[in-house]
Amino acid sequence: MFPMPIEKWKASNRILYKLSLPVALLIWLLPILAVLVTSVRSTDELMEGNYWGWPKDFAMLDNYREALTASPMLHYFWNSCLITIPSVIGAIALASMAGYALSTYKFRGDTLLFATFVACNFVPQQILMIPVREISVSLGLFNTVSGLILFHVAMQTGFCTLFLRNFIKQLPYEMIEAARIEGAGEWTVFYRIVLPLIRPALAALAVLVFTFVWNDYFWALCLTQGDDVAPITVGVAALKGQWTTAWNLVSAGSILAAIPSVLLFFLMQKQFVVGLTFGASKG
Amino acid sequence: MPAQTPAITPARPLPSDLATASKLRRRSSASRRNRAAIWFLAPACLMTAVYVLYPIFYTIYLSFFNWDGMMKPEFIGLANYVEMLHAPTFHVALKNNLTWLLLFLLAPPAGLIAALYLNQKVRGIRLIKTLFFAPFVLSGVVVGLIFSWFYDPTFGLLTLLLGHGVPVLGDPRYVTFGIIFAALWPQTAYCMILFLTGLTSINADQVEAARMEGAKGWSMLRYVILPQLRSTTFMAFVVTIIGALRSFDLISVMSSGGPFESSTVLAYYTYDQAIKYYRQGYSAAIAVTLFAIMLIYIVYQLRRLLRDEG
Repeated sequence: MFPMPIEKWKASNRILYKLSLPVALLIWLLPILAVLVTSVRSTDELMEGNYWGWPKDFAMLDNYREALTASPMLHYFWNSCLITIPSVIGAIALASMAGYALSTYKFRGDTLLFATFVACNFVPQQILMIPVREISVSLGLFNTVSGLILFHVAMQTGFCTLFLRNFIKQLPYEMIEAARIEGAGEWTVFYRIVLPLIRPALAALAVLVFTFVWNDYFWALCLTQGDDVAPITVGVAALKGQWTTAWNLVSAGSILAAIPSVLLFFLMQKQFVVGLTFGASKG
Repeated sequence: MPAQTPAITPARPLPSDLATASKLRRRSSASRRNRAAIWFLAPACLMTAVYVLYPIFYTIYLSFFNWDGMMKPEFIGLANYVEMLHAPTFHVALKNNLTWLLLFLLAPPAGLIAALYLNQKVRGIRLIKTLFFAPFVLSGVVVGLIFSWFYDPTFGLLTLLLGHGVPVLGDPRYVTFGIIFAALWPQTAYCMILFLTGLTSINADQVEAARMEGAKGWSMLRYVILPQLRSTTFMAFVVTIIGALRSFDLISVMSSGGPFESSTVLAYYTYDQAIKYYRQGYSAAIAVTLFAIMLIYIVYQLRRLLRDEG
């Protein structure tokens, strides 16, 4: 193990290390803590200039109620849900099929196709901006939830395919062959044998893709206009423009925008990390 | 007299016949599988073709036109690129992209340091690791908001620490550094988690053997640990470089590329020209330039991947 395990340290260093941990954590998370504290601070206190001290009275309910009712925050939040959940399902559905085909069939151009999916992950989004807007407008999908969903599905499919293809490749191929000899059709093999086996990978992907889509700002800016279908990232950014002085409300909005991905991360931490580090420890 | 060739009436099918039959059978099952492959791949390919591949080529094509998004596009050859090369904002954006790239490369070493610091087995360390990683999960918009608030010259935390106000986001000299600093926060967290995972797969016997030989601290890290972390390090650098070139959200939220377009980067410049100034062709030319820069990494990454496959 590296560095040297702490049990083998000098006693004084061991204590110093343990004391340093909470201090480091406090400094590292100061931005988040500041926002949390501000989100429960009353407007009066902010007016008085108490920005950083401990809040004297807690106005949590007022602030969150204000953020939720005086601005369309709840509406934005709901839009984000409507956009994110189908996008995750769609991208994973398409990618698991594609990943299955790319890992179990040998055909001409399979490597090229796989390379294309991989390359799609690294394309700068801005090169897609104008044509994607044009496509959305001409299909009547501009400023609609479905327009955003379709795009996110397409954009995330590349990453998911890369991930799932490598995962399926590690499965024992004899199992698939055996099922075929038993007379199972290709769809049955995929649906009854492969899908259940890759469930852990699907969970890891779902968590990761959820946060990617939930946190998206650029495409929401490009493909929506006004409040109708704007997701919460756009909503929070707009909140800052409207109420530059009401930092307690902006903070409450930011917390709302962060809750789903932070919560998911804490609940599914293991899957999340598996997804992020995939490919990092081998190859 | 010509030799009579005996007429052969095979009692059993000849080996060649057998081969043909089995080839036929194999081909039919192969073609069935090929058909299945096509159906499995069709939806993903269709979506990718419509929303990723076609747009790339269309944008390249569009970069040779003058177009406001409504009137008929007018072919102007390389004029967009010529104009871009002479535009002061383009040079600012390029320089800022370079600054982003250089400073962002602090994230992998910082992440490694954090990972080494946290790689101990003490009570509560799992929770601490988790909390250290939390910034990465936040949206760029939220990170941008938090830091713009930190930098506020009248009441921000920075002002409190320094004792006087510095308009970080309002000063062309500081704005880019201020935004990069904010972006390094989640990026370091990401690199940290990569290295923490990498450290768990370190060969313990080798570390022990090196320790017997007297290796410790820096020399141990340099000659024993880092070589074993090579693929993790590579991954950390790739995601960091791509992240640096992609920077958009934080700039958009914190400064909108300002003041006086001093904090713009190619990604933001592209967006600005298309959305604010309706200059689609010119915007396309900038996007193609950004793509060309990123292509270096895409090709590099793909070659590595295909080599591993072969």
